[in-house]
Amino acid sequence: MIPAAFEYLRPRSLEEAVACLLQREPGTAAILAGGMSLIPAMKLRLARPATLVDIVRLRGLAGIVRSAEHLRIGALTTHAALGGAPELARYPVFAETAGVVADPQIRHRGTLGGSLAYAHPAADWPAVFLALQGEAQLFGPQGRRSVPAEDFFTGIFETTIGAGEILTEIRFPSVRERSGAAYSRMCLQASGMALVGVAAQIMLDAEGRIDHASIGVTGVNAVPFRARSLEMRLRGVLPAAAALRDLCATGIPEAEPLSDPHAAADYRLQMLRIHAERALGRAFERARAAVPGLGYSAPVTRDGEPVVRP
Amino acid sequence: MTDKQRVCVTVNGRRYERWVEPRLTLVDFLRHELHLGGTHVGCEHGICGLCTVLIDGRSGRSCLTLAVQVDGAEVTTIESLRDPSTGALHPIQQAFVDAHGLQCGFCTPGFIMTTVELLRENPDPSDEEIKRALDGNLCRCTGYQSILASVRLAARRLREGREA
Ligand SMILES: Cc1cc2nc3c(=O)[nH]c(=O)nc-3n(C[C@H](O)[C@H](O)[C@H](O)COP(=O)(O)OP(=O)(O)OC[C@H]3O[C@@H](n4cnc5c(N)ncnc54)[C@H](O)[C@@H]3O)c2cc1C
Ligand code: FES
Ligand code: FES
Repeated sequence: MIPAAFEYLRPRSLEEAVACLLQREPGTAAILAGGMSLIPAMKLRLARPATLVDIVRLRGLAGIVRSAEHLRIGALTTHAALGGAPELARYPVFAETAGVVADPQIRHRGTLGGSLAYAHPAADWPAVFLALQGEAQLFGPQGRRSVPAEDFFTGIFETTIGAGEILTEIRFPSVRERSGAAYSRMCLQASGMALVGVAAQIMLDAEGRIDHASIGVTGVNAVPFRARSLEMRLRGVLPAAAALRDLCATGIPEAEPLSDPHAAADYRLQMLRIHAERALGRAFERARAAVPGLGYSAPVTRDGEPVVRP
Repeated sequence: MTDKQRVCVTVNGRRYERWVEPRLTLVDFLRHELHLGGTHVGCEHGICGLCTVLIDGRSGRSCLTLAVQVDGAEVTTIESLRDPSTGALHPIQQAFVDAHGLQCGFCTPGFIMTTVELLRENPDPSDEEIKRALDGNLCRCTGYQSILASVRLAARRLREGREA
């Protein structure tokens, strides 16, 4: 399998990369990051860009920066880097998710930005991006703009990234007190992709009730989504396991499940409830572990981080 | 056809300079341009792990990597493992022979290169850690148990060699 011929450019700066994209016929030039999705697609002629603009060596587009308000992750940060970053010790959901994306060789080269920009309907990171209420930072001919996760995905393999625009960074609000997040998925054995994936973030109030929950779902609809109505119903709940199960069982009306040879729609719905319950349960345990004196002590590591259960 | 592009790459310690089409994958570059046939090609779309090589020390899929992307990088393939002066197999290769970690051998270069990386970072891996590291490599012959045994044997021998 050999891709159709293309021109290969390796610009030295972000500005030059944007210029490369703009100088070509609209829609004919593509950004190349890790290549772990684009190159297989080109081999199958599912994608046929005439020009590849390789941005992997651009400085400043990879890496993790923590500040008081934000967690900022460069678009070119690899899955492997997200799986082992000391800066993410307080965000165990990243290691948990990175650990299930593809396999070690793909994780070494594939990037967070590439995964979001590709917008595969069953990719894992979009669920986390939604649940942690991330914002995509884009750089393009009109300068910089920021797009909230919920407005980012517009269709199957489609995002809001416009002509000549490059995803540079993904920004998340800094972790708050009494909060926790988790990702749970069911995967297809053959492809390793998610059949259903749910990321959940929970913030507790001082009494240990859910103050705010956000839930991102991938693999179910054509476009990843927030389970807003379940989030609303979780508000004020004292999240015992039974309460979470009952609430998840009431359903997720935003789901418009795909039916395909891998799973019928009603099976996907059933798995969605189960994985929502698991993600919420684990997010809750982590949030609780972060609150001393709630009458419960979840296992923590020597550094006081909640122990990540597989 | 598009213009050829210059690639300077160090493979197994030797520097090469070639002009290639941008669409040439790293595995085809290794096999057809450098005549290093040890790295095998299977699925050609990132599933099987046959084509695993080390790129700047990290295992990667050479069927999903373009030769132009490794310009300036260091690539390590199965050909680097044999002792150049004595011709002896590397302890990991020998362990795969001794513990029957291969039958047809088609998948073996990929498994061994992944194992090189694993044992460099973790000289005494648990079975769980071995399985996780080898998650991206498929074998149609062995049923994996003898591959696990080979990696365990290689790890032990390398540790003992280091102590000796
Ligand atoms: C065998 C296999 C198994 C996989 N399993 C999983 C899995 O279980 N879960 C999962 O989530 N993913 C999986 N993937 C996909 C993998 O995660 C890819 O790494 C990821 O989707 C794409 O990242 P990349 O950096 O390789 O992007 P590329 O392939 O380089 O690019 C992908 C797309 O995004 C665009 N793009 C990339 N970066 C930018 C940017 N900064 N700005 C604008 N556009 C950009 C490109 O133009 C292209 O259209 C798998 C892939 C393979 C081959
Ligand atoms: S040939 Fe590269 S993964 Fe199968
Ligand atoms: S030994 Fe034949 S495929 Fe592994």
